[in-house]
Amino acid sequence: MSTGAAAAVTQGEATGSLSNNPSGNALELRGITKRFGAVIANRDIDLAVRRGTIHGIVGENGAGKSTLMSILYGFYQADEGEILIGGKPADIRSSRDAIDAGIGMVHQHFMLVDTFSVLENVMLGAEQHALLDANAADARTELERLEREYGLTIDLQARVGELPVGEQQRTEILKALYRHAEILILDEPTGVLTPQEADQLFRVLQTLRERGVTVILITHKLREIMDITDTVSVLRMGEMVAHRETANTSMAELAELMVGRPLQSVNHLRAEALPADTELGIEVRGLRLVEEDGTVRLKNLDLSVRRGEILGVAGVAGNGQSELLEVLAGIRAPTAGDFVINGCEATATSLPDPSSMRALRVNHVPEDRLKLGLIKAFSAAESSVLGYHRAERISWRGLLRLSTIRRICTELMERFDVRPGNPLLRSGSFSGGNQQKLILARELDKAPEVLLVGQPTRGVDIGAIELIHEQLVQMRDAGCAILLVSVELDEIMALSDRIMVMYEGDIVGEVAGTRADKTELGLMMANAHEGPTT
Amino acid sequence: MKIDTASVPLPAWLEVIVIPILNIALALFFAGLIMLAIGVDPFEAVGYMVTGALGSDYAIGYTLYYTTNFIFTGLAVAVAFHASLFNIGGEGQAYIGGLGVTLVFLLLDSFLPALLLIPIGIMAAALFGAAWAFIPGWLQAHRGSHIVITTIMFNFIAASLMVYLLVNVLIQPGQMSPESRAFDPSAWMPAMHEFLGLFGMDVTRTPLNLSLLLALVCCVGVWLYIWRTRWGYELRTAGQSEAAAVYAGIRPKTVIVSAMCVSGALAGLMAVNEIMGVHHRLIMNFTAGYGFTGIAVALMGRNHPVGIVLASLLFGVLYQGGAELAFDIPLITREMVVAIQGLIILFSGALALMLRPWVVRVWLLFRRPDSLEPAHA
Repeated sequence: MSTGAAAAVTQGEATGSLSNNPSGNALELRGITKRFGAVIANRDIDLAVRRGTIHGIVGENGAGKSTLMSILYGFYQADEGEILIGGKPADIRSSRDAIDAGIGMVHQHFMLVDTFSVLENVMLGAEQHALLDANAADARTELERLEREYGLTIDLQARVGELPVGEQQRTEILKALYRHAEILILDEPTGVLTPQEADQLFRVLQTLRERGVTVILITHKLREIMDITDTVSVLRMGEMVAHRETANTSMAELAELMVGRPLQSVNHLRAEALPADTELGIEVRGLRLVEEDGTVRLKNLDLSVRRGEILGVAGVAGNGQSELLEVLAGIRAPTAGDFVINGCEATATSLPDPSSMRALRVNHVPEDRLKLGLIKAFSAAESSVLGYHRAERISWRGLLRLSTIRRICTELMERFDVRPGNPLLRSGSFSGGNQQKLILARELDKAPEVLLVGQPTRGVDIGAIELIHEQLVQMRDAGCAILLVSVELDEIMALSDRIMVMYEGDIVGEVAGTRADKTELGLMMANAHEGPTT
Repeated sequence: MKIDTASVPLPAWLEVIVIPILNIALALFFAGLIMLAIGVDPFEAVGYMVTGALGSDYAIGYTLYYTTNFIFTGLAVAVAFHASLFNIGGEGQAYIGGLGVTLVFLLLDSFLPALLLIPIGIMAAALFGAAWAFIPGWLQAHRGSHIVITTIMFNFIAASLMVYLLVNVLIQPGQMSPESRAFDPSAWMPAMHEFLGLFGMDVTRTPLNLSLLLALVCCVGVWLYIWRTRWGYELRTAGQSEAAAVYAGIRPKTVIVSAMCVSGALAGLMAVNEIMGVHHRLIMNFTAGYGFTGIAVALMGRNHPVGIVLASLLFGVLYQGGAELAFDIPLITREMVVAIQGLIILFSGALALMLRPWVVRVWLLFRRPDSLEPAHA
């Protein structure tokens, strides 16, 4: 496509739906196309963002959001198209160019040095003098000004590694502002925050908007888009399918645009309560886990999951949920306490290993699918037997039965709609959702009696989420005891019969799934010990 | 416009054949420049090298004899590498493998027949090599001592131990040179010229012996082990992600120790070629750096047995051709030959992917001319 045509389209968009004053755009993309080999990650993308607004970009995983932002921040160069900043064409070939052009980025995973103070982190890479003290003095003056102007209070001397994630994120924002960012891009900023921390972040973003900063918010959480943005653009399969004024759209419309088809909302909760005498699938008594350095991960937990029940474990990531899963799956031995899992006694000294757990019909869908659930370098077929490779069906006297393995994988892929359905493809080349479906298929195929599930839909498309939830509910109805750990409150609330909240290795509250209230759960997740403060 | 060439998949023949050949050509080009600088005609030199390595059955015999050593040590490095372990101790493991061969033969060669002695010798070489690799493997698995450091140190320990044993224990009484007595001929690995002579083929006498066949059998064995058995599956799993291995019920510690043992056994088998096949006695420093070159061989061969055979052949040609070259052209010293070998390792190993972006561009032009059209056409 020629630049002329691209510009014409952008003009049309700009006058049509976004702005009557094209010159007031802080950022404009015209006809951006980016290919990776045969795959087109971004196709002919046009975007105009008005100065001093909050603009949301939504899209499923793999829709091309990250690629687009990487182009904007100079990690990739577009194959075609141009970028205009403040109405002038900009040639962004590195993150340095992006910073010079006034673009600041807050990544999903923070780019901070944990052992440095906030001040040192902000200065890093932007030092003006050869001597650190002079830099520190300058930086301090400037940061104090920024703090006053934007209401971003933070202890400049605090070590970043010791700060809560919300404040680490604030450090990232300060870093960008210190570098004179006029356009601030935030990539999935609330993924690691409690609802309260997210609210604080949004207040900061609103202040930034009032001061004329342009904010681009990339997220898959439609509620946040509705709450805070002025305008929103939807990406689907590499193409910009819609631009909307937030006031004139709805969550339902955005979801439909993202997925490309209407979504029905299903209430998965069980119609009637389980009989009180239902047998327990998991019973945990006084479970305690202490690291070698003395950090307490689990504080004398007691919990139980009945057969045919989903127990949802809510909490901000890093409050012991991962460790709970690991202990119950036989990966880590607890320091003290014991548990009975599918009828088998386990203690600190006699813990069944993951293989024995599988033999017990205790299956585990791990939280970190890339580190635990599959091997990126393996073919999908090889990953589809991970953990079951010793079964006689899979390896006969030590020799792998390759054709059987391929057939098993093909069947799993068909049943769980894994795409592309080619068992010989590298596991790492599947999208996150399809990787997750493959892992779930592998574990659910074994007809588990107890199922441990961690973050089943992290980074998974809306369409795949539906399928995964349905499968979990089917397992529950078949009488499986399910322990579900997730940081997505919506997910926990949609599936769980009972919800347990973990905070610093402790259970700080439990509510029935039918009576769950998001604000209440959020408060428990945030500061359980101090009790509600707001 | 810029394209991300790293993400463009290439057909296997380009990846596995064309790019390595281009790398070697580039290395030879720079080697040619060096030769020009010292006043040697590079084409003449290459001619001497190729004839010296492949020009006669004598030359080919020597080339394949070197190749045999490289296959063993290359496989050793590759197996460990699939478990994400960098075994630099091939040199010491091969050396100790030679000790194993010698000890059993000194004990048994006077009364056992060849049919028993040869398998026993092979097993002794593998077992001793494995035992020498077991210690660093165990230390890595259970004590966290880094395998690179320990295997390097074990090379030195092996060297000192062998000097001590040869000078004080194994030396033949009344002899000045530190070497063991010669083994009974029934313990010798049959030489290739004798073996082929059985079939009426007349081949010049060279050090090449049946160990080459053993090496090729090991290639098939390693391929089966790594890609077709569940132990290989566990080894690759643990090598790719320790956490995934634990999740899958695999014990990473066991994998580390067993991978090192298999690796050490393969390195130890190099002694079969040198001690059973050529020297027929234990001598000092028979490993002569083959253990280290095995690292380059595995690197070039992409840790795959087929690649390792090809890379071993190349190094065999370099060794044998290089020796002839130094002999034929006095201006080219042994050090110069090492420099040429170094260039090949540099371009095929460290800079292996340097040419890939250009190959990708050419390939894209050739395959789909439309995809590279300028944006503002």
